[in-house]
Amino acid sequence: MAHSHAVKRYSGIMDWLTTVDHKKIGILYLAAGALFFILGGLEAILIRVQLLYPDQELFVGDTFNQLLTMHGTTMIFLAAMPLVFGFMNAVVPLQIGARDVAFPFVNALGFWLFFLGGLLLNLSWFLGGAPDAGWTAYPPLAGSQFSGRGVDFYVLGLQISGIGTLIGAINFLVTIINMRAPGMSFMRMPLFTWTSFITSTLILFAFPALTVGLVELMFDRIFGGAFFDVAKGGNVVLWQHLFWIFGHPEVYILVLPAFGIISEVVSTFSKKRLFGYSSMVFATVLIGFLAFMTWVHHMFTVGLGPIANAIFSVATMAIAIPTGVKIFNWLFTMWGGQIQFTTANLWAVGFIPSFVIGGMTGVMLAAPPADFQYHDTYFVVGHFHYVIVGGVVFGLFAGAYYWWPKMFGRLLNETLGKWHFWTFFIGFHLTFFPQHFLGLMGMPRRVFTYLPNQGLDEGNFVSTIGAFLMGVGTVIFLINIVVSVSKKYAASADPWDGRTLEWSIPSPAPEYNFAQTPLVRGLDALWKEKMAGNKGMTPAEPLGPIHMPSPSILPLIMSIGLFIAGFGFMYHQYVLCIIGIGITFVCMLLRSVFDDHGWHIEKEELEKKGAEA
Amino acid sequence: MTFLLTGCGNEDLSALKPQGPVAEEQLFLMKLCLGVMIFVFLVVMVIYVYVLLRYRKRKGQNIIPEQVEGNHVLEIVWTVIPIVLLLIIAVPTVSITFNLAKDYRGHEDALHVKVTAHQYWWEFEYPELGIRTAQELVIPAGKFIAFDVISADVNHSFWIPTLGGKIDANAGISNTFYLKADQANQLLQGRCAELCGASHALMDFKVKTLSEADFSAWVAKMKAPPAAVPAAAQRGEQIFKDNCLACHAVSAQGLSVGPNLAGFASRSTIAGILDYTDENLRKWLEDPQKEKPGNKMMIQKLSNDQIDELVKYLNTLK
Repeated sequence: MAHSHAVKRYSGIMDWLTTVDHKKIGILYLAAGALFFILGGLEAILIRVQLLYPDQELFVGDTFNQLLTMHGTTMIFLAAMPLVFGFMNAVVPLQIGARDVAFPFVNALGFWLFFLGGLLLNLSWFLGGAPDAGWTAYPPLAGSQFSGRGVDFYVLGLQISGIGTLIGAINFLVTIINMRAPGMSFMRMPLFTWTSFITSTLILFAFPALTVGLVELMFDRIFGGAFFDVAKGGNVVLWQHLFWIFGHPEVYILVLPAFGIISEVVSTFSKKRLFGYSSMVFATVLIGFLAFMTWVHHMFTVGLGPIANAIFSVATMAIAIPTGVKIFNWLFTMWGGQIQFTTANLWAVGFIPSFVIGGMTGVMLAAPPADFQYHDTYFVVGHFHYVIVGGVVFGLFAGAYYWWPKMFGRLLNETLGKWHFWTFFIGFHLTFFPQHFLGLMGMPRRVFTYLPNQGLDEGNFVSTIGAFLMGVGTVIFLINIVVSVSKKYAASADPWDGRTLEWSIPSPAPEYNFAQTPLVRGLDALWKEKMAGNKGMTPAEPLGPIHMPSPSILPLIMSIGLFIAGFGFMYHQYVLCIIGIGITFVCMLLRSVFDDHGWHIEKEELEKKGAEA
Repeated sequence: MTFLLTGCGNEDLSALKPQGPVAEEQLFLMKLCLGVMIFVFLVVMVIYVYVLLRYRKRKGQNIIPEQVEGNHVLEIVWTVIPIVLLLIIAVPTVSITFNLAKDYRGHEDALHVKVTAHQYWWEFEYPELGIRTAQELVIPAGKFIAFDVISADVNHSFWIPTLGGKIDANAGISNTFYLKADQANQLLQGRCAELCGASHALMDFKVKTLSEADFSAWVAKMKAPPAAVPAAAQRGEQIFKDNCLACHAVSAQGLSVGPNLAGFASRSTIAGILDYTDENLRKWLEDPQKEKPGNKMMIQKLSNDQIDELVKYLNTLK
């Protein structure tokens, strides 16, 4: 059995372009996500600078609309999504005791599709202007009659990156269902793995709705279709339904993994097992289910009538119950523990009140008559930033500090980390808390200016100062990364006295993850072994050669094919479309006709490494 | 917190300073939800602060804490109490939702107004009275106003914060809702709340509330045949006819592509955003694109002298 194949092991840049290793793909996702996060952050700063004082004229009209559209689109699709996928890639296979994901090739393809889709979208800045119809792109404004080529970039960029997200999610579903180590039953999976599993399920059901919407918008814009064209009998509300059937679950797609991270971090740094594990799992599943029952709360003012509004209102309020269960479970995980305020845990501890405020305003927004006042005002802007920043971004930062040693073999600096936390945390509340009041006092969202002496001056001023403080925090984080990466590998396998499987292997994780697949004997598998006085996990198999997938450049080329086709569609150059899609199909053919058996890491090599470690 | 809320914002703009029953009902619901939520927040924060202070790791703590699996009683408590709290919110919510959906069109104590949103201005038509106007909505206080709201181009959203929440002006689909103002002689602010293009931020309008008698007088004035143009403004009238009349009607009965200008000089603003002064009117006529980017007004370049004459004429459109 143990025969090796001649496989080229690339190094340098080619290694990154051809990798199918989930850990490297995780790093690629994190790097690309961070890049887009900085880009979206700069756009946010420009928005806040324009709104610093009333009646400013720095970015007005369409320029401002491009900024706000790209800020929203970039942050959701190109920053938060890949950062979540980055952690899923880096951590989930390690947490379930797997050597890789189920489909490593597809995993690489998912990343490259996302990245080239995001690139395509951002090239719009240089090719006639970015999309300017909001990240929600409501027609008719997003139709070709009222907006320029920018929206074509939105449609095709999101379509391409959306395919990447969808196949990525399918990959994780298959991985989590099939590749768990012996003894790792569903009810022994760490919470982050559970939330990744539910998130992947949500993507599977939510993204097709977006895909359909985008195809329809593309047909309207490029081929003169009539889905949303009232003059031809189309219906503009149809888009809103499709968008929010995707868009509302999207919130949970982002926030559930953040919940997972918080659960891991709070439990580890309280030195206690997660309080009410099974109710946490149940709450996660329930939130995932309810996520699809609430999309109309984004559309209360559309005029769907009191019956639809009332039903969706109550369904939305119901989500507060499983979410509340989670909050109390975290609090009681800490209860009776020994809480260490590492930077990772500071983010988790800071997350709790911030996210509770976001959840509270969420319940307030769920009441349609009150929502008639809140809707499309700065109140909503304040609310969803409390959820997305106070929830998702805080969770991601907690995850970054927590898993950094496992991913990169070095720790992040704790002092810089604390500066990062406090500047960002204070800046966050300064930015978004006043926005609730601005909305109630009559400031609609997405406005490029406001008049002086309407009670809106102070709130906007404070908000902009806060945004700068968040910028300072992000810069400190970047410095921290540079400082950390410039150091040598120094992290131990288990720097936090961890509880789950990823801490049972060296930092950074070797390319085969587990030299021997571990045997899982309970929840918090590693903690259980530690308590039993064992040095590490008990292996479930003898040491033997490990089968590895071959690297491949095809995922990148396939994605470039669709990237080219995207341009073809936008500029009505159908030859380019055929060439682009042709490239993708040829790659698929190559992948299908040439069997790739992978290669093996031999027992001797493993033993050598084991002796070194 | 609730105290804090009532002190916020301007009388003519803030949703926290209701000037009519719809906004009052909505503010009641906001306060109810906020009250319940603040209660929840306080409970969470008390536990949170206690836990963080009491259970932080101290020096020399080496005993591993007890690994608690969970607690059924506690878990049931924090599932059931939120359900009860949500019911407290949900019942009035559903009831008010249905209350606010009443259709007052054709009601004897109601005025019917058809609102059409355009990039970036508002058209108001009183179908039963045969009056059309723009940018400044004139309504009688104490009467229900039944609105039909629709858009002529992209989606907009019709919002008068002090009178009540918004309703979308969708392309091709008409929406109905109602509002009511309590006091006469107020000038309230209206906003577009749905991103509608370059000048979304500037798509403001005004709402003027009148007493029943004043409103009848206003209606009579709008329906009266236009007064003779004074001699001093006749050159301006000719300039208007040559340059503007194709899009702007000056009679409240006339159809027009752009905003109807009947009663223009009685309005408080020009284009919904500039205070009505001769100077601002000149500014607008010189370069409407500068004041409201992306608007559809296609005015030819006029000389300073022509603009002066035009201003004189427009000032006669009381």
